[in-house]
Amino acid sequence: MSNHAHSAPAPLGGKFVTPVTLTMALLIGIAGLILIVRFIFGIGAVTNVNDGYSWGIWVVYDVMVGSAFACGGYAIALLVYIFNKGEYHPLVRPALLGSLFGYTLAGASVIIDLGRYWNTWHIFAPGWAQINSVMFEVAVCITIYIGVMWLEFTPVFLEKYNRPDLKKKLGKWMFLIIALGALLPSMHQSSLGSLLVVFGTQINPLWQTLMLPPIFLITAITVGYAIVIFESTVSAIGFKRPFELGMLAKLSKVMWGMLLVYLVLRLGDIVVRGALGEAFKPNIMALMFWIEMAFFIAPAVLLASDANRHRPDKLFLSAVCMMAGTFLLRINGFLIGYETGAGWNYFPSITEIMLTVGIVAIEILGYIVLVRLLPVLPKHEAAAAK
Amino acid sequence: MTMDRRQFLKGMLAGGAVAAAATSTPVEARDNLTMPPKAMGLLYDSTLCIGCKACVSACKESNGLPPEFSTEDQLWDTPLDISGKTKNIIKMYKNGSAEVKDREENGYAFMKVSCLHCVDPSCVSACPVSAMKKDPVTGVVSYDPGDCIGCRYCVGACPFGVPRFEYDKTFPKIVKCELCNHLKEGDKFQYSACAQVCPTGATLYGPTAELMVEAKRRLALKPGTGHTVPHGRIDGKDRQMAKAAAYVQHVYGEKELGGTQVLKIAAVPLEKLGMPDLPERSFAATSETMQHTLYGYLITPVVVLGGLAIAAKRTVRDDESENQE
Repeated sequence: MSNHAHSAPAPLGGKFVTPVTLTMALLIGIAGLILIVRFIFGIGAVTNVNDGYSWGIWVVYDVMVGSAFACGGYAIALLVYIFNKGEYHPLVRPALLGSLFGYTLAGASVIIDLGRYWNTWHIFAPGWAQINSVMFEVAVCITIYIGVMWLEFTPVFLEKYNRPDLKKKLGKWMFLIIALGALLPSMHQSSLGSLLVVFGTQINPLWQTLMLPPIFLITAITVGYAIVIFESTVSAIGFKRPFELGMLAKLSKVMWGMLLVYLVLRLGDIVVRGALGEAFKPNIMALMFWIEMAFFIAPAVLLASDANRHRPDKLFLSAVCMMAGTFLLRINGFLIGYETGAGWNYFPSITEIMLTVGIVAIEILGYIVLVRLLPVLPKHEAAAAK
Repeated sequence: MTMDRRQFLKGMLAGGAVAAAATSTPVEARDNLTMPPKAMGLLYDSTLCIGCKACVSACKESNGLPPEFSTEDQLWDTPLDISGKTKNIIKMYKNGSAEVKDREENGYAFMKVSCLHCVDPSCVSACPVSAMKKDPVTGVVSYDPGDCIGCRYCVGACPFGVPRFEYDKTFPKIVKCELCNHLKEGDKFQYSACAQVCPTGATLYGPTAELMVEAKRRLALKPGTGHTVPHGRIDGKDRQMAKAAAYVQHVYGEKELGGTQVLKIAAVPLEKLGMPDLPERSFAATSETMQHTLYGYLITPVVVLGGLAIAAKRTVRDDESENQE
């Protein structure tokens, strides 16, 4: 067991009104207008979803991909608290903040897509709750996790408002909160894959498998590390902070190991089920499958070299590939690989896309504002930024 | 200290082992559900259907559904598919010159599209709020908008594409055939309107078990044999003459996904008429078996949580002592 002297996190300070924050605010405003139209005229007025593709990007991107991209906090917490890798401690708070926003917004965006949103509470109410439904598990588990994450983040507010007494009280229970924070995403990130099982033969065999839970779970954890590398790189450039190369190089090795496990599982599963032939059919599904696989294989190759793991550009590239692969796995499973009969097509409308963009803008804006306001990023680096 | 990946993976494996040990607890695989005792349904005989669409019209009347226009003059109710405004339609299969009825090549045939009332429905398994329910006695799969959250998991899950959604409404609902289970004494229609108005007996209403016997009786007839068929209800006194077609030896709905309460027979392969080729094990059974294996009685989550809490307690304590230094 090694103790690592970390510098305490501190607010970054600085200006709130910048071209970046203004752009984000504008995008959020546009999304707000689209939202008004959606609630007055119905989902069909602003989206292209239909009875063949009843779930569009508001579900598949905002929830499936959005929550996977919000797994940074979960993935780092696993490493630091469960596998006792204390050296990654400085990554915990920034990663958790990203997760907090990602998940809270994924949860909120579900409501936008629910046709009869005023009944949402039925999911949690005895008499309505239908425990055989995978959707039930996902909804309950994500909701509890959002609460758990806010509790995990509470010490940050308590530091800001100088309440060490409360922080100490909360600290006594933190181990349980952390354990829940490790358990719940393992459950619902795998269940997001399980959602596809009941779709049966409507899903192409390249994506329809009982291995969906581990496939979705491993990609969620792995992309969690990719997101941390991505966010660290972007905030190093954006906030003009030094790049945490040593730590991220080590983290990328963890990511690499998990990626290899994933590739063996994913390809092994396809071969064992005898579905490999599907990958060589002259159709869009096979093409998209290989593009998806390429985005997973590329970082597996890139990160195999120790030299690459110490190059910020290669690290960033690997992280982006990993994110693209995770994105495509979900898009392919729920949209490209889904066939519900002839004649159905779906591609998101401009307004549909702009609402999703607005949600991402809220995450970015919220992150910028909160790291300037609250003790999230490590102090010594903040000082170096001056 | 260098990052030890081996150690990390070992941890992952240990976690997996705990999970695997916990899941070996006796959570039974969920078999296909079985036919309810008084399962009601329809028998649709494609060879008797003349494509008059009286059933489409009666369905709209019985369910109070609005017309749907697909022609330029917008005069006639001309739905092209089932939708938020249409629960039942007749589709046509056409091949080549389409000269002869009920022939696969250079022929044509009709197919009824409406809910099959699965014995083990995917929509009921998918619905997180019990808005889709299967009646324990009649087996009719019904929908209650008062329960529904509008997530449309049922729309995606149904392999027949039956539940539809009102995308153009401020307060939308799911729309699907409920076998006219809303009818009361004294209503114009006394049982499934589509069957009641069918002039040829192509759509027949009754207990699924009896409909199955009738379907098999027809399939066993030598093509061209004269026989009588009931129309309206299977137990109807009113019978009429028919000539047995060269049936495909397949009662659609006998085995598909563990069976459906609406059965279909035809003289053209059912797949050609738009009925998907489906396995006998229901998707609901596969999905629920998986969920219950992972989460049955919450055994696995609780065991894993215990392990995680022990690990977290150790590291949090390390953290505190470190902060005090």
